[in-house]
Amino acid sequence: MRATKLAALILLIAACGKESASNSSTASSTSSGGSVDLTGAGATFPYPIYSKWFADYAKQTGVKINYQSIGSGGGIRQLSEQTVDFGASDSPMSDDDLAKAKGGPVLHIPTVLGAVVITYNLPGLSAPINLTSSAIADIFAGRITKWSDTRIGSLNPGVKLPSTDILVVHRSDGSGTTFIFTDYLSKAVPAWNSSVGKGKEVKWPVGLGAKGNEGVAGQVKQTPGAVGYVELAYAKQNNLPFAAITNKSGKNVLASVAGVTAAAAGAAQTLPANTDYRISIVDAPGADSYPISSFTWILVYQRQRDATKGKKLVDFLNWALTTGENEASSLDYAPLPADMAAKVKARLSTIMLAQPK
Amino acid sequence: MTAVPAEWVDKDRRHLRVEQSAIGDKIYGIITAGCALIVPAMVVAIAIAIFAAAWPAFAKLGLSILTSSDWDVANGHFGAAPALFGTLVSSAVALVIATPLAVGVAIFLSEFSPAWLRSPVAFLVDLLAAIPSVVYGLWGIFVLIPIMREHVMPFLRDTLHLGATPFFSGAAYGPSMLTAGVILAIMCLPSISAVSREVLLAVPRSQREAALALGATRWEMIRDAVIPFARSGIVGGIILGLGRALGETMAVTMVIGNRPEISASLFAPGYTMASLIANEFSEATNDLHLSALMAVGAILFVITLIVNAIARWLVWGVAREKRK
Repeated sequence: MRATKLAALILLIAACGKESASNSSTASSTSSGGSVDLTGAGATFPYPIYSKWFADYAKQTGVKINYQSIGSGGGIRQLSEQTVDFGASDSPMSDDDLAKAKGGPVLHIPTVLGAVVITYNLPGLSAPINLTSSAIADIFAGRITKWSDTRIGSLNPGVKLPSTDILVVHRSDGSGTTFIFTDYLSKAVPAWNSSVGKGKEVKWPVGLGAKGNEGVAGQVKQTPGAVGYVELAYAKQNNLPFAAITNKSGKNVLASVAGVTAAAAGAAQTLPANTDYRISIVDAPGADSYPISSFTWILVYQRQRDATKGKKLVDFLNWALTTGENEASSLDYAPLPADMAAKVKARLSTIMLAQPK
Repeated sequence: MTAVPAEWVDKDRRHLRVEQSAIGDKIYGIITAGCALIVPAMVVAIAIAIFAAAWPAFAKLGLSILTSSDWDVANGHFGAAPALFGTLVSSAVALVIATPLAVGVAIFLSEFSPAWLRSPVAFLVDLLAAIPSVVYGLWGIFVLIPIMREHVMPFLRDTLHLGATPFFSGAAYGPSMLTAGVILAIMCLPSISAVSREVLLAVPRSQREAALALGATRWEMIRDAVIPFARSGIVGGIILGLGRALGETMAVTMVIGNRPEISASLFAPGYTMASLIANEFSEATNDLHLSALMAVGAILFVITLIVNAIARWLVWGVAREKRK
């Protein structure tokens, strides 16, 4: 019985991916009685800000957008199969993914930025502890097993760290959060790159896996000595303690919306003019840059098959990069640096609309 | 109902059939036959879809998906042995805990319980089956895990000195194979106890009276006359519970610790096939990864199918005996 349910679910998802390329025209009309103008699917991480955008945009323009937060993987698959008008992902599409997309070239439109923080349970400490990339890598690789280890102590002079065992808690579900975190460690710590590597799910050397930000946070809160990583927005909204991370300039930075935008600005300085924005901004240069940050992207086809829909989509993205950006920080997402938003908007003009038949 | 000689009824039925031509019956027959065929057809379609999607992984990885313990998505290694191990072990732990409890409840309700207590208790036990599994998971995180970590696990390890065996050793963090087994035990308890209660109640009164008449005590009557009669039905109930435990996803994912490693200790975190799929499916983009998850689904599908088939067969056995 349970197996049948599970199998039915799998079948359903598989069917969505495989067979629905032909019914893309009906996909939008089934969702909300034919009144929906655009459909999208993908990342769960930006869902709170996207749903606010869609609601505000519908109020202002009457254009309704239906977004299903099924995960970045699902978003990329559905975009590839042209089941949705746009996809959304927390990690850029690989060259392989791009080659498989049925509707031709795909543009990556960065929308907002997120950050990952290291949260911990050390009773009695009021000020945030400091950590470097190598200390974090050693903790999550199981090479540092006690909080009293000198490799942590030397970063926190004057702080009395307990001799508790460290319990590492990581995400068990495939997640953009894990991608950002392991991307950071891979870039900043060569030994991590050659052993664990980066991905939405990796083979963790130690620790417990918990599902979702809430799972990681719940386990960390319950277990003295536990350490885990969660999204900045989640940590702020739930008042979790998090560590200050030493950035590339050697400064200890507490994650904040401004620090994340600064990281994007730092990374943007070295961007070539023709960038496709499939860029990682972890360990970014800049005195105020928070190092564990990343874009999240909306994915659109450069050639829009349906001129009406295509125009609505471009109009929305323009609105999002202008008005939408101002709303981001109220939900603890970092807006794009202003000059980058302008460049991305210029890139929107390269979207081609098919001639109406 | 008034008693009517059997031959009259038969005659009447034949008569009705001839009179009201068969069109209505035929349509009705076709509709019900359609319903009856759609469901098995769906099962077959699901099986075909899963195996087709899993085929690339089976072809590429061969048996290593069952035998290897290395599940490393970033490097393209897909060995689901720890998940297979975890599914079987967590379900086994669940049955070890749930079976005595559930059969005890069933015996109490069918043999000892005063009539006024019987239906409320039965109702409450059955109600356990109606709680959504994510609620069990939340309860697991916020109530069960702290209890396990602070009381049950130290008690087993230190007070009972079971820590000397490899099965109850190591640090007690809470999320573990044992915790998953306890949650699963609670979840499969209602199906075991409901089926057991039904088969115990189906034991003929004459069987009980005969045992008592021979001078048996109540306990001897239950042990020698009632339980042997109901045994295969109870086993069927246990296996139905096992079916539930094998496929349970959400609650287990929330308490098992999701660590793809085979460990002898029940205190260590583990993984199950269902949680592996639930965790990784939505973000899987790589083709081999997706196919490997489908292959895990296919293996789970086969295991649960076999378990359910055995359960049905045993329960039918009881029904056949009853008819004799």
